[in-house]
Amino acid sequence: MREKILYVVGALAALLLARNIWAMLTGLPDEAFQGAIFRIIFFHVPAAFTCFLLFFVALTASVSYLKTGRMQWDSLAVSATEAGLAFGAANLVSGMIWARIIWGIWWTWDWRLTSMLVCWLLYAGYLVLRRAVEEPAQRARLSAVLSILSFTVVPFVFFSIKWFRTQHPQPVLYGEGKMDAAYRAMLYGNWVPLLMIAALLVAVRMRQERRLRELDALRREAHAF
Amino acid sequence: MTALAVENVWKYYGDFPALRGIHFAAERGACVALLGRNGAGKTTLLRILAGLSKPSRGAVRVLGQDCLSAEVRRATGMLGHGIGIYDELSAYENLRLFAALYGLPDAHRAAMEWLERTGLERVRDGLVREFSRGMRQRLAVARAFLHKPSLLLLDEPFTALDDRAIALLQGLLRESLASGATIVMSTHQLREALELATHVVLIVKGRLAHAGERTAAMVDDPGYLYRTYGEA
Amino acid sequence: MQYLRQVWTIAAKDLRSELRTKEALNASLSFALVILLLFSFAFDPTAEMTREISGGLLWLVFAFAGALLLNRSFARELENDCLDVLVTSPVPASALFLGKALANWVLLLGIEAVCLPVFGVFYNVDWARQPGWLALVLLLATWGITVIGTMFSALTVNLRLRELMLPMLVYPMLIPCLMAAMQLTTALVAGQAPEGDQLAWLRMLAGFDIIFTALSVALVETVLIG
Repeated sequence: MREKILYVVGALAALLLARNIWAMLTGLPDEAFQGAIFRIIFFHVPAAFTCFLLFFVALTASVSYLKTGRMQWDSLAVSATEAGLAFGAANLVSGMIWARIIWGIWWTWDWRLTSMLVCWLLYAGYLVLRRAVEEPAQRARLSAVLSILSFTVVPFVFFSIKWFRTQHPQPVLYGEGKMDAAYRAMLYGNWVPLLMIAALLVAVRMRQERRLRELDALRREAHAF
Repeated sequence: MTALAVENVWKYYGDFPALRGIHFAAERGACVALLGRNGAGKTTLLRILAGLSKPSRGAVRVLGQDCLSAEVRRATGMLGHGIGIYDELSAYENLRLFAALYGLPDAHRAAMEWLERTGLERVRDGLVREFSRGMRQRLAVARAFLHKPSLLLLDEPFTALDDRAIALLQGLLRESLASGATIVMSTHQLREALELATHVVLIVKGRLAHAGERTAAMVDDPGYLYRTYGEA
Repeated sequence: MQYLRQVWTIAAKDLRSELRTKEALNASLSFALVILLLFSFAFDPTAEMTREISGGLLWLVFAFAGALLLNRSFARELENDCLDVLVTSPVPASALFLGKALANWVLLLGIEAVCLPVFGVFYNVDWARQPGWLALVLLLATWGITVIGTMFSALTVNLRLRELMLPMLVYPMLIPCLMAAMQLTTALVAGQAPEGDQLAWLRMLAGFDIIFTALSVALVETVLIG
């Protein structure tokens, strides 16, 4: 039953994405200064939103694990973190492609890209830690603490890096560089299928975690006696 | 109020239960020999009693208070596998440190007293790094008894002790029992343990196979317990 | 009151241990000096360039050398199972943490005190132009590094591959603290007392210290008791 729901969600997300891409390419006019490539923003920005939303989910799951000790929360924490890293990577790569086409360079140390890179490394460290701990309860406990520490430092990372000079385009959702209404609608609109994909990834990963836990318990039982 | 009450303790490692519903009690002056094969869960249980690990379910109470509280910790002494003393400090500095950590009012006096009792007063300023193994063991024993604990937890204490240290430890254990302390001692050396023990607890595959008084049959034939209540 | 005494006992023990063996101290200090030397080959800076990168360079050296020192903080308790004894004792885990952090802070400040004049000599940097403010920045930023480093030392104490993992985990978390320190130090070396932007950095540094100290104190028991 649950699998069927996941398939339906996946299919819906694919349909939405297809529809959005079609709309992007045919419906919206080219952006004045940057041309066709500007459309990458409809993936680049929502990917960042999704990434941090998932890290926040991981934070809540971590705190819940520490409070209740139930392994399901740990599964959610790792699944959300992994999915978050995937979307973070999507943001970084799309940013790099965009930068290459617009500015001719693969990377710039502007504050948004740099902050995202630092946060990505932070949470990659979460996965590294998990690999180093074999016992599931200890792994859950230690990575929960790391998740809490990592999320706390995220705002600091953003503020400190932002106070450097920036080369990134002005914010597009508020302030002076405000986008045309149609663009904004598409940007938020494209966020929906991305969120659905995120939910899908998390759900699939959680099922995998559950099976791994069962296997681990069986293995311990077999080895102990 | 019971001196030590282990109330339905479960410990999970992930989804695997290392301890399943361990439930027993001990009074003051009782010496519990904790028996079981390797991997049965003895060390896991001792670590929970020592406050090094939290039970997944259930609780451990010492004189009514949870074993994780500071009051109970102050009254608990532990001798684990490692000796628990600092190599780069002197014998005196080590005991002084632990006396301070346990909140003893006169740390200096306590340290000196125990240096004498364990025969280490002449090397009080020597660094532990330079001690012989026997001396380190005696210092470890001093550390465990320094604060006159009313709950003593020992994990296979007689392994790796030389005869002088064994005699010292047995004497101290008898003395503590006489003054009303409770002892939980996990051991493979059935004979030495069963001589001191008043009760035995046998753990088999994480479960409590037997908890009761020590009988003459057990002392005469240490394998009796395993045959009767657990796997041979 | 008793809590503070416990913190002090732990700090004193760590300091006494380390000052007697000097293992971590020597390793850390030599490492710092070698990096300073190596940087001179990497950059060959002009006088003006040196002033601009002085803050950055200095704090990179301190971060690397500090990591070496902080790694050992809880790991040294594993010998002879001393960590178990400390955790079993009535000393709360948070007091254990604060005591170790305090000792580490003092040791790291000592290393920095040696490195500063050496750096000044090698790179012709005058550190004494705003000594009061510089001292404040040193104290605050070193505390930030110490708190994070000690906390991660506790987090990874029971893990194999501890030494390999610690840099990967710790450095990203230190970035805001290090950036503030670098900005402030570079400005102070140029002789400017902090104002405006610089004060914002100082406030951020203080905020970082307070928040992570509080968080670490709250979480260290969870980390040490399984």
